[in-house]
Amino acid sequence: MKNIKYLLLRRVTQIGILLLYFGANAYGWSILSGTFGSSLLFGSVPLADPYTTLQVLATGFVLGSDVLLGAAIITLFYFVVGGRAFCSWICPINMVTDLANWLRRKLQLDKEQTTHRFLKRKARYWIMVLGLIVSAVVGIAAFEVLSPITIMQRGIIFGFGAGVSVVIAIFLFDLFGVKNGWCGHLCPLGASYSLIGKASLIRVDHDHEACTNCMKCKVVCPESHVLHMVNKESIMVTDGECTNCGRCIDVCGDDALKFSIRNYLKKEQ
Amino acid sequence: MATSDNNRRKFIATTLQSVGLTALGGLLWSGYSDEVKASALVLRPPGAIKEEDFLKACIKCGLCAEACQNRETNIDRHTGLSKAGTLQMAKGGDHQLIGTPFFVPTEVPCYMCEDIPCVPVCPSGALDQLSVSNEAGELDINKSRMGLAVVHKESCIAFWGIQCDACYRACPLLGEAITIEMHRNERTGKHTFMLPIVHDTVCTGCGLCEAACVTEKPAIFVLPNEIAKGVAGDHYVKGWDKADEARIENAKAEETVTELSKEGTAAGYLNSGDLY
Repeated sequence: MKNIKYLLLRRVTQIGILLLYFGANAYGWSILSGTFGSSLLFGSVPLADPYTTLQVLATGFVLGSDVLLGAAIITLFYFVVGGRAFCSWICPINMVTDLANWLRRKLQLDKEQTTHRFLKRKARYWIMVLGLIVSAVVGIAAFEVLSPITIMQRGIIFGFGAGVSVVIAIFLFDLFGVKNGWCGHLCPLGASYSLIGKASLIRVDHDHEACTNCMKCKVVCPESHVLHMVNKESIMVTDGECTNCGRCIDVCGDDALKFSIRNYLKKEQ
Repeated sequence: MATSDNNRRKFIATTLQSVGLTALGGLLWSGYSDEVKASALVLRPPGAIKEEDFLKACIKCGLCAEACQNRETNIDRHTGLSKAGTLQMAKGGDHQLIGTPFFVPTEVPCYMCEDIPCVPVCPSGALDQLSVSNEAGELDINKSRMGLAVVHKESCIAFWGIQCDACYRACPLLGEAITIEMHRNERTGKHTFMLPIVHDTVCTGCGLCEAACVTEKPAIFVLPNEIAKGVAGDHYVKGWDKADEARIENAKAEETVTELSKEGTAAGYLNSGDLY
């Protein structure tokens, strides 16, 4: 049980939140309605995705105050809990790419380590900026026309249609194409949350003394470069690209990793 | 020296590559985005702003569609289950901008709820509450202009002389948005043509007429306003109508200037002998 604690918690959160959104449409629940682009919490608190909001603003449209307030609330929330907690605790595509990644390991597709000359993890930041430029040029929120995240979410709430092909494409790309290809290289939404959560408070802490250098954490981590300190020094994972998924904590047999709160008062060693 | 030279070359190469790939991606992305927003034949919810702005503004949250789905009147009296709502969220294969709300009158027309649940929930301003409110600030669905019903007279059986007033009866603005115009049927000599005529100052584009039309493919159908309506322009005015005259108050006369030939007179040209 110990080694799937956070995995289980994440799946419950992900599916629970999707269920609330689904129920809002199907049964008229008013706990969480709308979609990630813009939602209503308890029928009154507006929530909005910051990157989606930026795209709409880039088109030159003056948005309603509900969306602006919602985007501010979400930004503040992830500024505290770790930007990419969205990616691993909320985003439904995470279940798709996690499955692809798990299959990759089972099928041992990574035995021959290949380097992707053209696709670097930095690409997502370029795509993020590009998305805003294209939004401004074409006059529609550019990432929203192909975002597998909202396509999958709307699919679950309103019906998939042909949109399911986008989700399958992401699965195949991550399985047979590039390891962690979508979430770790391309997704501009994840990139935006990386930036939002750069200074966030909740972080994974590494204890070098307890570590036995088994490297299980690095195998399972979708952004393994953030664990550069493992078996080297006892510091926190402060990289904004860490998704706070807690998989490393789950698989660690030595209690060398745990969630902790970043202390800005104490000088970072 | 050699390594720093190599490093510089590598740096320039990777920078060029990044810029090049970004440009490539940007071009593909722009082209794709421009294509997917190109569908003009779409009916939006009540209060939707101009289509071009709507495509910018809509944040694709679906709150309007959920409000439409969950109104009390949408529950089937016999089964207790809610029926499909009017507003659909465009999905892949619908050939509309994905994630935006629209409706298809032949599937589910807009029933013009008096409390217009879909409009006030819009957080982005894509659905403009003011455009569906009266002077007192109360919601007034009759002010919505989702589209305009158009009659194709060749397939409308009323124009054949067969008695049918399905659209007239289905119209929520009965006797206002569609009126019946009567003409003598010369063919039989003793019957009346009862022709449906749509009035665009009243028609909201709800599509109830289209849904009610009895022909195999509806002979009355709702088109988006930009497509259904012509524009007379400043060249024509109802001289007997003060209000229409006000319309062209700011019209500017178009003046064209023809430049006269500088090479002598026309007569001179004809007599110059250069005709062949």
